[in-house]
Amino acid sequence: MTTRPPLVPGRLDALARAVRTIIGVPDYERYLRYMSQRHAAEQPLPREQFLRLRLQDRYNRPGSRCC
Amino acid sequence: MQHRVSDRGLTSLLSPSAAARRIPGMRTVLYRIVWGIVACLGIGALAWLALSRGETINAAWLITAAVCTFAVAYRFYSKFIAARVFALDARRATPAVRLEDGRDYEPTNRWIVFGHHFAAIAGPGPLVGPTLAAQFGFLPGALWIIIGVVLGGAVQDFVILVASVRRDGRTLGQMAKDEIGPVAGFTALVAVLGIMIILISVLGLVVVNALRASPWGAVTIGLTIPIALVLGIYLRFVRPGRVLEATLLGLALLVLALYAGQWVAASPTLAPVFTLDAKTLALLVMAYSFLASVVPVWLLLAPRDYLSAFVKIGVVVALAVGIIVVLPPLEMPALTRFVDGTGPIFAGKVFPFAFITIACGAISGFHALIASGTTPKLLANETDARMVGYGGMLMEAMVGIMALIAACVLTPGVYFAINAPVALLGTTAQSAAHAISGWGFTLDPGELQRLASQVGERTLLSRTGGAPSLAVGMAHLFSGILGGHEAMALWYHFAIMFEALFILTTLDAGTRVGRFMLQDLGRHVWAPFGRVSWYPAVVLSSAIFVAMWGHFLWQGVIDPLGGINSLWPLFGISNQLLAAVALCVGTTVIIKMGKARYAWVTLAPLAWLVAVTLTAGWQKIFASSPRLGFLAHARALEAAGAVGGDVSRLIFNDRLDAAVAAFFMVAVIVILTDSARQWLLVSRGLLPAVSTEIPFEPTAIAS
Repeated sequence: MTTRPPLVPGRLDALARAVRTIIGVPDYERYLRYMSQRHAAEQPLPREQFLRLRLQDRYNRPGSRCC
Repeated sequence: MQHRVSDRGLTSLLSPSAAARRIPGMRTVLYRIVWGIVACLGIGALAWLALSRGETINAAWLITAAVCTFAVAYRFYSKFIAARVFALDARRATPAVRLEDGRDYEPTNRWIVFGHHFAAIAGPGPLVGPTLAAQFGFLPGALWIIIGVVLGGAVQDFVILVASVRRDGRTLGQMAKDEIGPVAGFTALVAVLGIMIILISVLGLVVVNALRASPWGAVTIGLTIPIALVLGIYLRFVRPGRVLEATLLGLALLVLALYAGQWVAASPTLAPVFTLDAKTLALLVMAYSFLASVVPVWLLLAPRDYLSAFVKIGVVVALAVGIIVVLPPLEMPALTRFVDGTGPIFAGKVFPFAFITIACGAISGFHALIASGTTPKLLANETDARMVGYGGMLMEAMVGIMALIAACVLTPGVYFAINAPVALLGTTAQSAAHAISGWGFTLDPGELQRLASQVGERTLLSRTGGAPSLAVGMAHLFSGILGGHEAMALWYHFAIMFEALFILTTLDAGTRVGRFMLQDLGRHVWAPFGRVSWYPAVVLSSAIFVAMWGHFLWQGVIDPLGGINSLWPLFGISNQLLAAVALCVGTTVIIKMGKARYAWVTLAPLAWLVAVTLTAGWQKIFASSPRLGFLAHARALEAAGAVGGDVSRLIFNDRLDAAVAAFFMVAVIVILTDSARQWLLVSRGLLPAVSTEIPFEPTAIAS
């Protein structure tokens, strides 16, 4: 059972992560955590490739930007 | 305040005082009294706005009316939609939970999703539209934003968000295809491409007009491009991943750019070099967007987006603080004589054109793309959709109200001197004063010149497009808090900088998206064209897309009436067309859920939008006044008999604009007809009421 994400981030680090999510920065650390929890047997993508794929996805379709 | 919709029945059952609930307790009474007061305040403020004539009204009334109406609407109407129409269920697993992949699908705290969604939907639209619509007076715009968002815009965003959350985060286009049919799906796809073209060109025109003949603005905005490049390189090679640190560096550099612009503008040798005319600026904007579309995303688009998101939130907060601290009087009357359709900024009567001019802020179809894009993949809990979808749009409406206030703190004389085209004002302050007195307002030519030198510009006359007048209004408000008159120039260029930053971010990201859409369509004709990693195809498709919107931008630049008069209504029509598509999808979803008795929730705003879009489209094509009707304008040019390259190009552009408007109208009718057929078949029982909703699965996330 996972817990609901915390409302008030306890640490400054978590606050920074919240701000990054709001402005749309891909979160590699979270991805690593996810991979180690759910797909521990698989090799996660290296940081560079992960970021490239995430940015491509964000800027290749309408739905992330408005007038 | 945030009740879990589904929990309520349960809590009252389990609560020992369930029986006592019939006699309202102290808390319930207090609760009713508080909401009663909020509702009365809202109605009172609205009535005061609508009924008082002749005296100047304080912005506080407008803020009170908006805040109270939004609070009541959020508390009661959005809850009604959440509980009765969709029966949002906190126990139901969202796509973020079921499909979590560490990338797209991520259960996220709802405040963070709210921030993310708001940063994505808020752009230059809610700032520019209300500024332009202020030509009718503050009342039409204010009422349309307040009522339109509560019953239309926020409903659309909320409904599409919920529909998408219950369909694994599908996009609007996919939902149109799945729920309505392939014809509607394809029409929606082509319409989105058309909307992108018009949106980018009109925003490009706004930025060109804001920077025209302004060395300070041109240098400051120009410098934001190398700043973004520096950030991109910093994030890639120097300190990868340190986004916040890099963004702070970028913000410091933006402040430097502001001062650099001032320094250039004051320099007798450099100022003329950077005093650019509209045609040069238009070509530069096109070249920039083309380059942004073909270089890697990390180099330019991403760092620029981070900066812009920060500046965006900062400016919205600053504007709110400025208005609340200063509480300025609204100099603009409630209604001007231009409700009769003779307005100088754009032609057309208050119905339908006030409702076309203000799209973002009241109802914006583009939001449906966002509500069915990233946001539905982040919601940790279905019930969060109410706050993110409905609440997020209410926030954007507040931005629209603030922009309207910033436009209305200018005296009408100054407002029209900045926003009306040269063709109506002439080229001197004296001719402008004369024209404006003919409209029943007064302009002191000396005052306009004083204001221009205060904000550090050579002239403010006919700086059309909305951005300069909004910047003057904001400089007026900000300098009232900090810096006084001496700071006006810095505040003005700060406002111009952030508006241009927003717009360029929409321009470059939009060009890239448009390029991909074009490649996706083009691969059916010639397969290699669709290869997104083949450089010749990338360059070719980017060039074609830039040429498509560049044509309209160029048309706006050379238009003697100022392009806003023809392009902004086209943009409004296209955006409202997309909203109509979204509401058709929403209605179909509601009917197929077996909730046809609540279909009026989306049908009512849909009916209004269809009436507005078709009337406006019809008038823009066929009206007999050359200022309003595209075809009448072409005929007038032909009748004038002057033949030449420019005139024949103007005539061609008029006919092209008419064709674009006709295309949008046909698209509305096609999608509406296709949807109505579905609604009839389902309601007559000829078609089973089956939607593509993903069946209930219990969530693993504790709420």
